[in-house]
Amino acid sequence: MKKMIRTIFSPAETQDVVNEAQRLIARQLESSSRRRFLRQGLTLGGVAMLTGCDISDNAGVEKALNSVSGFNDRVQHWLFGSDRLAPEYPESAITRPFPFNAFYGEEDIPQVSGEDYRLNIAGKVLDKRSWSLPELYNMAQVSQVTRHICVEGWSAIGKWGGVPFADFLRLIGADLSAQYISFKCADDYYTSIDMKTALHPQTLLALTYDGQILPPKYGYPMKLRMPTKLGYKNPKHIQVIEVTNTFPGGYWEDQGYNWFGGS
Amino acid sequence: MNVSTGEAGSRSEIIHPLWLRLTHWLNLLAVLMMVTSGWRIYNASPLFDFNFPAEITLGGWLGGALQWHFAAMWLFGFNGLFYLVMNVASGRIKRKFWPLNLRGLLADISAALRGKLQHSDPHHYNMVQRLAYLFVMFDGVILVLSGLVLWKSVQFPLLRELLGGYETARYVHFLAMASLLGFVLLHVVMVAVVPKTLLAMLRGR
Repeated sequence: MKKMIRTIFSPAETQDVVNEAQRLIARQLESSSRRRFLRQGLTLGGVAMLTGCDISDNAGVEKALNSVSGFNDRVQHWLFGSDRLAPEYPESAITRPFPFNAFYGEEDIPQVSGEDYRLNIAGKVLDKRSWSLPELYNMAQVSQVTRHICVEGWSAIGKWGGVPFADFLRLIGADLSAQYISFKCADDYYTSIDMKTALHPQTLLALTYDGQILPPKYGYPMKLRMPTKLGYKNPKHIQVIEVTNTFPGGYWEDQGYNWFGGS
Repeated sequence: MNVSTGEAGSRSEIIHPLWLRLTHWLNLLAVLMMVTSGWRIYNASPLFDFNFPAEITLGGWLGGALQWHFAAMWLFGFNGLFYLVMNVASGRIKRKFWPLNLRGLLADISAALRGKLQHSDPHHYNMVQRLAYLFVMFDGVILVLSGLVLWKSVQFPLLRELLGGYETARYVHFLAMASLLGFVLLHVVMVAVVPKTLLAMLRGR
């Protein structure tokens, strides 16, 4: 049905329809909002979106693309080398300043209180007690200088320090045969990863950046750092870690970014 | 009358076998999807001081473009692989593109520049055509290999090092795309000059 609407009108007729619609709607509007409406205007692109025949907006196409993305998740899971390490670099290679990146601007970085902070544990785990920051700082720490690759294409090298996530999962008695680990964050971000990546030797519960306590813009008090995954898979300001077999999705993943997001 | 005499061949002889025509048109579809979605991905973090106009890109936004790119890559990769394997296995690559020598190439280029190069016999490729088609095969391989490094730089360490690391691979991927477009431009102009080559690619003769 929708497709037909597009083919019924020639481009010139489409423009007429747009003009007519603009006139009719403008008449109904208050003068101030009318000005704004006319300034922004109805566009042909907008009409194309209304008719739903932009090929990317087609429900069938979207479904097909999503299922290929699911197939790509399985391919990446198969490709992933549990012991294959991301390259590590000398400290001189660190990108300065390391870029800030989030789904919001720097002015909205959450201010988490270190004293009140508790890391909560949920799901298929034996020991579900929560963790204070000093308890996390007291665990054995390692550090890495690795490349952070953003889904946008750019990359930057940084130095993160913290607790190997595999050590932490074993310590709390996580069910290592579970499929997913989900993260909920103080900035309302959420994401999830596969168990293979969670147990990878370079996957860190990062508590420091470049030798300093992790600053707010890089995810204070704690973020997950994985050089084997794209940036959006590395959640900051983590509050809850849950081990689960129910697919948890993620903030960007639910909008269409590939779930596995490996690199 | 109808006796085939090798290169000269009769009029009704098949120039392009069915597998070649199929892979050619599937490749066109794949390249269209890969290039237009790739432009959208490029726009998210441009390597140079320009963006591709959003109207001529595919995907609507970065996430959509990535979905198109990582879906069409299977078609581009496997269709291309099938084309190369068939080309070698059927002996076509040797028949059509061999020999390729520098002297012949220079002679043909100079003839081409003077507008005197024969390219109207679709049975026979001149040296410039041989080079162009072999180049675009090579370019396609580079596109796939550099794309693999960008997609999974940690999982393909050897490829990553061969291409000079992740950041260099971005430039390699971009330049290979630009080279492909250069080929396509020349290719389409030549088809417009000799339209019967389009017919041959459609119906085989």
